[in-house]
Amino acid sequence: MVQKRGLMPALLTGVFVLSLIIHRFELLDPYVQLVAMYIGINIILTVSLNLINGYMGEFSVGHAGFMAIGAYIASFLTVKVIPAPLTAWLFPLAVLAGGAGAALIGLIVAFPSFKTRGDYLAIVTLAFCMIVKSAIENIDALGGPRGFLGMEKLATLPWVCFWVVLTLWIIRNLVYSNFGRGVLAIREDEMAGALMSVNTQHVKMLAFTVSSFFAGIAGALFAHLLQFINPRAFDILKSTDILIMVYLGGIGSIAGSILGATVYTLLLEILRPLGIWRMVLMPLMLVMLMLFRPKGIMGLREFRWFVPLRDRQRAGTWLEKRGCL
Amino acid sequence: MAVLNALNVTHHFDGLAAVADFNLNLEPCELVGIIGPNGAGKTTIFNLITGVYRATRGSISFAGTEIVGKTPSQITSLGIARTFQNIRLFKELTVLDNVRIAHYGKAGYNPLEALLHLGRFRKAEDDIIAHSMDLLACLKLESYADEPSKNLSYGLQRRLEIARALATKPQLLLLDEPAAGMNPNEVAQLLEFIQWIRKEFSLTILLIEHQMHLVMNICERLLVLDFGETIAEGQPRAIQNDPRVLEVYLGECGDDEEGGTDAGS
Repeated sequence: MVQKRGLMPALLTGVFVLSLIIHRFELLDPYVQLVAMYIGINIILTVSLNLINGYMGEFSVGHAGFMAIGAYIASFLTVKVIPAPLTAWLFPLAVLAGGAGAALIGLIVAFPSFKTRGDYLAIVTLAFCMIVKSAIENIDALGGPRGFLGMEKLATLPWVCFWVVLTLWIIRNLVYSNFGRGVLAIREDEMAGALMSVNTQHVKMLAFTVSSFFAGIAGALFAHLLQFINPRAFDILKSTDILIMVYLGGIGSIAGSILGATVYTLLLEILRPLGIWRMVLMPLMLVMLMLFRPKGIMGLREFRWFVPLRDRQRAGTWLEKRGCL
Repeated sequence: MAVLNALNVTHHFDGLAAVADFNLNLEPCELVGIIGPNGAGKTTIFNLITGVYRATRGSISFAGTEIVGKTPSQITSLGIARTFQNIRLFKELTVLDNVRIAHYGKAGYNPLEALLHLGRFRKAEDDIIAHSMDLLACLKLESYADEPSKNLSYGLQRRLEIARALATKPQLLLLDEPAAGMNPNEVAQLLEFIQWIRKEFSLTILLIEHQMHLVMNICERLLVLDFGETIAEGQPRAIQNDPRVLEVYLGECGDDEEGGTDAGS
């Protein structure tokens, strides 16, 4: 029997191709493209944090720290290491290196999570975020507190789309796998999970590594879009922004993360004329959201097309198959 | 060879001995019960066997392998599964996912294959679903497969917990008060059910229970615990007439409900 493939790959390929066309023929004005790229970067950040905060049920506030690591590694590579004529060609590698660096540090942060969880782990991740910020502020080669510049604007719409698609696909795959079910088991009841053979330490290591990898990727793209980064851009406020997008869109949902990141980024842009009042209106909306929809717009639900076929109509299919035999 | 062999297992909580010099030898396919008043250390013994706590002293071996010091997931993968006194299902997840999670230790593909959905992934996932559904069908839970487990009735949740434990493919099943909160009718059904899974899955079963009716009827051997110490061991009939047991356990509740249930049998 030929199994019908899910629509997710087609959908994502479509988005990517569209971005290529838009970029090639300049179908959108630069400002719209810029906003679209911010949305893309925010989607990467939101989906990856959702893996920890939504699917695994931990509370990490250190996502901006991983982002900073990715941003600085990639920027350092494109500005100081890679010779100028080659930067455009080697940019993907620089982004990848940023992600890999962040992933490595993420692996280290996974270790405290073996021993502690909930509020206590939140404090650990908060401390981590502060360590990263202070460390960068004290490294002269990275410009210290003044920041780091000299990056070319290498993050283009197709590149951002490519990474968004890859992030969504990989995290979707992880969630709908044995390890993803392990992640869910940790959220539901960690001890019961361990007693049902889930190696919770492996699962946590994998989740933190994947999550921080994509945070690093987002950071690298962010740096090459803004062309200027400084340590303050990656403090707890940045983490809070990502948290808002996660809880706005909905915990434990990929579609929710896309929605949360898009709605939040767009609202911030649309409300720009309000100036400082924007910062009053947005938190107020959050309060309302938490009161009336505490799980977010798509909390614990998923857009049908994102669910692999195997997981979508499982019991029904199985019963049918059994009927045929 | 013995399935489980516990030798002088002792466990202290901050100096308080919860279990003292506990000895137990389980032969294949035996069905043994542990009884004792509340706080006697019965659940602590389960926690020691499954690696939730690490024994302060003594050794526990499972099919010849020393398991003190191993993690709960390692011990479960070796072939010991358990249920809980207070049901601990993954409440928000579906019945099928509850059972699928228990296949974690036997999935047989690595993280890279999972991230890319390549290689052994598809075959392994199909097998997990097939096996899970077979198991659910076996325990007559298949029609609830897509329901969140929290929506199931209390009795079905208990049964699902056993299904989930069986999904880890155990040799030894530990049941922690499987009849808690059940009426006499349900207890009678449970009795049959335990006998049946024992044969069907060729299991060795160790169970903790308060309902004397159940223990007396299905256990081949009983251990009586009081304040962490094993005060009696042997055939149910012999235990029933043991003066020490009558004194600390049956004696003290001879006039209330539990005594009544027992007399009724």
